[in-house]
Amino acid sequence: MEPKAIFDLLKSRFGGDILEIQEEGISPPFAVVSPEKLPEIARFLRDEPGLSFDSLMCLSGVDYKERFAVAYHLHSLKETHRIGVKVYLPKENPSVQSVDAVWPAANFMERETYDLYGIVFEGSIDLRRILLPEDWEGHPLRKDYKYPEFYHGIKV
Amino acid sequence: MKSHAEALPTQEMLINMGPQHPSTHGVLRVILRTDGEVVVNARPDVGYLHRALEKIGERVTYAQYMPFTDRLDYLASMNCNAAWAWTVEKLAGIEVPERAEYIRVIVCELNRIASHLIAFGSFTADMGAFTPFLYAIRERERINDLFEEVCGNRLTYNYVRIGGVSADLPEGLLDKTTEFLDYFEPKIPEYNNLISYNKIFVHRLANVAVISPEEAVAYGLTGPNLRGSGVPFDLRKDEPYSVYPKLEFDVCVGTGERGTVGDCFDRYMVRINEMKESVKILRQAIAQIPDGPVQAKVPRVFKPAAGEVYFRAENPRGETGIYLISDGTVNPYRLKIRAPSFVTMNIFEKITKGLMISDIVAVIGSFDIILPEIDR
Repeated sequence: MEPKAIFDLLKSRFGGDILEIQEEGISPPFAVVSPEKLPEIARFLRDEPGLSFDSLMCLSGVDYKERFAVAYHLHSLKETHRIGVKVYLPKENPSVQSVDAVWPAANFMERETYDLYGIVFEGSIDLRRILLPEDWEGHPLRKDYKYPEFYHGIKV
Repeated sequence: MKSHAEALPTQEMLINMGPQHPSTHGVLRVILRTDGEVVVNARPDVGYLHRALEKIGERVTYAQYMPFTDRLDYLASMNCNAAWAWTVEKLAGIEVPERAEYIRVIVCELNRIASHLIAFGSFTADMGAFTPFLYAIRERERINDLFEEVCGNRLTYNYVRIGGVSADLPEGLLDKTTEFLDYFEPKIPEYNNLISYNKIFVHRLANVAVISPEEAVAYGLTGPNLRGSGVPFDLRKDEPYSVYPKLEFDVCVGTGERGTVGDCFDRYMVRINEMKESVKILRQAIAQIPDGPVQAKVPRVFKPAAGEVYFRAENPRGETGIYLISDGTVNPYRLKIRAPSFVTMNIFEKITKGLMISDIVAVIGSFDIILPEIDR
């Protein structure tokens, strides 16, 4: 299916929860969805015959300065089509429902996003820091991150 | 029937395997909870090599990032170089001269052979057979010699450029590559006679850590690990890029040759067979390569228009995906690297439950993970 047809199907099913379609200069195009409905939409994308997005290629956090985003790149091995799904989150206490129950591949990538952006994935099976030490302060991939001068009393 | 652990309960032990351990292929730490020799739980702990490559990407220009991609998967630097170049070219809409694309495919496939040789060599060494490792290194050395002639380096090549490659192939290199292929191709059956069908080796791998095709897809396995589970998915065929559509080759999948589809032996065998396919691709590419320029015109101050792109390339360890966001300045706004080994480690805890400690080594070896790519 073409991304456009997939987005139309999503719109007819979820209506106002599909907030925006981003296509201009973006490959694959994104459907921006409301964070509250994400698990439901994810399940629909995976289970609906004709869509069957069985594979989560990539899950990334993005800091757009005035807000955060989590981008999900989806692919269907069966139907060989791909789209992106994006949720925008507020700057203060960003959090979104975890999708590791839908795509188990999400867990490590969610942990990475939590580690480097401080975005909380509610209901995750295991949400801990993954790349940085457990006692690291701050989330380095945020645009306003201040580089620490000391780590455990050692000058860095 | 009761399992070992239920019939003979012993005290549980907590064991640290790694980060300094020869069979963890680098600085991987596995926290093992064991009941005697049986693993109750094996939890991977990664991050020891974290160098903030994504953060660095936001502070350097597109061209300056190329040498950093060498340090992603250093056993397949050419593939990482090329993946970065293809991503940026897709974002900026740059047309690459055909000769440059052929050169990229040639160096990438040579690098794939080199990488699979290390996978084969170190895996057999983990399983207690030292000789195959020496054979593998001997052959890989000849590929390193070729690369040294191409770009001057033997490990981190920094050869591919945005819009082409840094220099044309030196004279006579294609003949030397053909010479190498003629030498290398008969070696593959030799490896099979030497170790692949060795009874002890097969017993260590067959029916160990079986991953079903559904599980493999759901957990995001890619590359040889996915194909080992019998899923015929190869980005070079299914989402073709570069000049791969002009080259013919077969997609190797696990067949359950000595055990069940998706066991450690299948993942091992896929890599052995893929080396044959790479030889096939190389011979065709050498026959087809046209003359012409090797570098497109790319402005010195390179500012792609604002946009977002996700590109993925079939690297020796699976799908290396790059999610690149440009805001129209000279630096990438956001650069996310989806490393195949990183995603693969996600399934580790699930499939190692109930195995023996020695099987853990087999599982790590069969995944052919590489740590700089996991930790980035």
